Amino acid sequence: MRAKFSDAWLAYRLRWKRRRILLRICRSRKQIDLRSDRTKQIAPGAVLAFSTVRNEMLRLPYFLDYYRRLGVAHFLIVDNASTDGTADFLAAQPDVSLWTTSHSYKLSRFGMDWLGWLQWQYGQGHWCLTVDADELLVYPHCDSRDLQALTAHLDSQGLPTFGALMLDMYPRGRLTDVAYTQGQDPVTALGWFDGSGYRHRVHPVFGNQWIQGGVRDRVFFRADPDRAPSLNKTPLVKWHWRNVYVTSTHHMLPRRLNQVFDWPSKTKMTGALLHTKFLLDIAARSSEELDRRQHFENSALYAGYYQDLIAGPDLWTDRSVAYKGWKQLVELGLITPDDWR
Amino acid sequence: MSLGVVMLVHADFDRAEQMVRHWAAGGCPVVIHVDSNVDDTAYDRFVANLGDLADVRFSTRRRCEWGMWGLVAATQDAVQHLLADFEQVGRVFLASGSCLPLRPISELRAFLDASPQTDFIESATTADVPWTVGGLDRERFTLRFPFSWKRRRRLFDGYVRLQQILGVKRRIPKGLVPHMGSQWWCLTRKTLEAILNDPNRRRYDRYFQRVWIPDESYFQTLVRKHATRIQSRSLTLSKFDFQGKPHIFYDDHAEILRRSGCFVARKIWPNAQVLYESFPCATDKAASAVRPSTGTVDRIFDKAVERRTRGRAGLYMHSRFPNMEKANGIAAAPFSVMQGFDALFPDFQNWLAQQTEATVHGHLYAKDRVHFVNGATVFRGALSDSARLRDYNAQGFLTNLMWTTRDQYQCFMFGPADTQSIRWLLAHDTNARVWVISGAWSIPLFLSGQSAAEVRTEAARLQHRENQFLKALRAPDAHARIHIYTLADFLENPHDILQMLVDQIGGHKAHALGQLPEMVDLSGLPAFLQELKNQGMHPYLTGHLSEEMHRQANVVSEPRSYVVGHK
Repeated sequence: MRAKFSDAWLAYRLRWKRRRILLRICRSRKQIDLRSDRTKQIAPGAVLAFSTVRNEMLRLPYFLDYYRRLGVAHFLIVDNASTDGTADFLAAQPDVSLWTTSHSYKLSRFGMDWLGWLQWQYGQGHWCLTVDADELLVYPHCDSRDLQALTAHLDSQGLPTFGALMLDMYPRGRLTDVAYTQGQDPVTALGWFDGSGYRHRVHPVFGNQWIQGGVRDRVFFRADPDRAPSLNKTPLVKWHWRNVYVTSTHHMLPRRLNQVFDWPSKTKMTGALLHTKFLLDIAARSSEELDRRQHFENSALYAGYYQDLIAGPDLWTDRSVAYKGWKQLVELGLITPDDWR
Repeated sequence: MSLGVVMLVHADFDRAEQMVRHWAAGGCPVVIHVDSNVDDTAYDRFVANLGDLADVRFSTRRRCEWGMWGLVAATQDAVQHLLADFEQVGRVFLASGSCLPLRPISELRAFLDASPQTDFIESATTADVPWTVGGLDRERFTLRFPFSWKRRRRLFDGYVRLQQILGVKRRIPKGLVPHMGSQWWCLTRKTLEAILNDPNRRRYDRYFQRVWIPDESYFQTLVRKHATRIQSRSLTLSKFDFQGKPHIFYDDHAEILRRSGCFVARKIWPNAQVLYESFPCATDKAASAVRPSTGTVDRIFDKAVERRTRGRAGLYMHSRFPNMEKANGIAAAPFSVMQGFDALFPDFQNWLAQQTEATVHGHLYAKDRVHFVNGATVFRGALSDSARLRDYNAQGFLTNLMWTTRDQYQCFMFGPADTQSIRWLLAHDTNARVWVISGAWSIPLFLSGQSAAEVRTEAARLQHRENQFLKALRAPDAHARIHIYTLADFLENPHDILQMLVDQIGGHKAHALGQLPEMVDLSGLPAFLQELKNQGMHPYLTGHLSEEMHRQANVVSEPRSYVVGHK
């Protein structure tokens, strides 16, 4: 009885939290200025991609190509005061609608308020992919089936969301020695990842699995695992205007959208986000991050982490796993094809 | 004898048109039924696009909903239409808009001509097959299902429940034995006419209107009444997931579809360009000789269903987070845990690794760091040796380790000085084999050279922790394979116990142990323990030790014949 009551009370509080976030999203709509509007191209049933970017010229050409190949029909991107020509590049793309802003990334809940407004306007009824420029989505059969096929399958199973595990990709050797040119597949430069050592527990509030681990946990957060980055994400969602992302794409409201796994022992299909953070601009980005202090929640606590990154450590060990494609991830048990054969 | 096709279409008209043209080009008249839910402009365009084909007809449109009678009524209409309009048609093939012919129509015809007067329809009695999903098999035929399962699930479930409680049972019309099977069939004109002109058809139709999913049972049942020769199989390859929804075939299935030798497959993903371009393709061998065989396809998809419904044991990931308390085996593979052995035998790890082919770790749960085998700082799967990371989720650490190393047997040392939070897991996991020499913690204390008074507190602490562990192991719901010996018991007969331990790792009776590992010198231990007692700390977990005991233990290296080893 008591548990029931507290559940109901939590649900009630989270409902209000969601409404507050929606209100916030609505208020922040004035922070973004339209630069190029091609949203008329959006056809019913198209898969849309949403992203906030800042100085991503290094990754964007490949990023756009990659997701075009996967069948993303339109990109809705917010540029947060880039200085390397990102905005001009994006404005010239035929399938990108671009907004720009110079407001605080952190105060907009790490871009989620801006994207939330775009999703609210354009996302309704579409499958929406929300990814950063350094995240490449991998899912079972992604080499032969596009997102249209994936989302049709999810629709047929009645699943509104698709969960993915963030895999931090790293090079062999020091981070400062990575050879990468624009437009190249980043996975060729960052070919390694940690095949195991991911911790799981159920998030007390959002009811999803909270996953930490991987290379950043192993190297940078040994002493303070609580602060290690969360690796569970829900990047692909059949959008309804009521939906909101709470912290980045880690948690969503309403809570049922977070159920990207079956309780207790069955499996739902999941994918992975190859995280290409450790390209050669990592040192520059880290020192900028130290100045901007726009990192998650408590920026000061991450100073040591960024200092370590600037030093360009070697993350590779002889136990690292070389990335070979989605089948390998299935074998390692990091993603699962469910019964999608 | 000519082959006619009845095609049921409700979406993806471009692909459907492509298929109609394919059948028509093969010389088959086609009667198409389009779901009345489809809006008129799409329908009109579809009809207009096919206007150039002479032998294509459209039957009266009906509302078709999955699991409801409409589909059967639509099929009946279309078949009647086909048989009336095309005198020459001797067989009817039922297909859908998303069916893809895998082999040329000429081969299908040759195959059919080779077995004249045979009806190809999958038809099995409900009692004998476990196909149905949701527990409704016999009840499909004895309850009424007026509500749509798709749109009115609660009403559907409620009404089923109500009928079950009231014990309502419909009478199955006389002369019918309920059969079920794939919706897609190929029947002869004779059989179809007999079904459609059956004097009792109105009665049967009325009955089947309230049966659940009649498209899988109407023709399947009636064919048993009228047909002379039945081949109980469908010529259409289709697979279903655990919810009974059809699997979709994509481009990457081209190879297994080709090898299946089936004539038609469904459902095909509308954007599967490669499939639509490469099929139908002629088989290499003498065309009629290749029989459909779905072995490979079945294996691949059945495995998927099994994995979906059962999960992979021992794997904890994003999408799989079982309730450990109910799980059968928690870790992915069997493993052994030894407590106290390394205190007694300093070189125990190396010795055990030599005796078996297992990976023998040190104290994985030591307070200072994770003692992987050979002192590695990073182990397979890039598991870190940081004690903090490990303790952050101690159970997860173990399940991760066992998952990544599931191809090799793992052993590790444990002790009361280690992190104890996996106690529960070790006791409950059916994959755990736990060996404990209780009281062995006293040996390092004794060997440290400190006096009993100095180590008294530490001894009490270790004894308390070990006792907690033993309690967990002795709980009624502890499902691990557990062997507990007091130090005194062990010293009585170390050889046999070690033999059992090694046998268990090998999984069979290993060869007899030659050399036992070297034991530490225990002379003086009984006195030390007595001294602890004098300090008020009774080491009750060691058992009763006497000075002679360890001497004897060291001498005995041959197994004693009267001890029968057991596993």
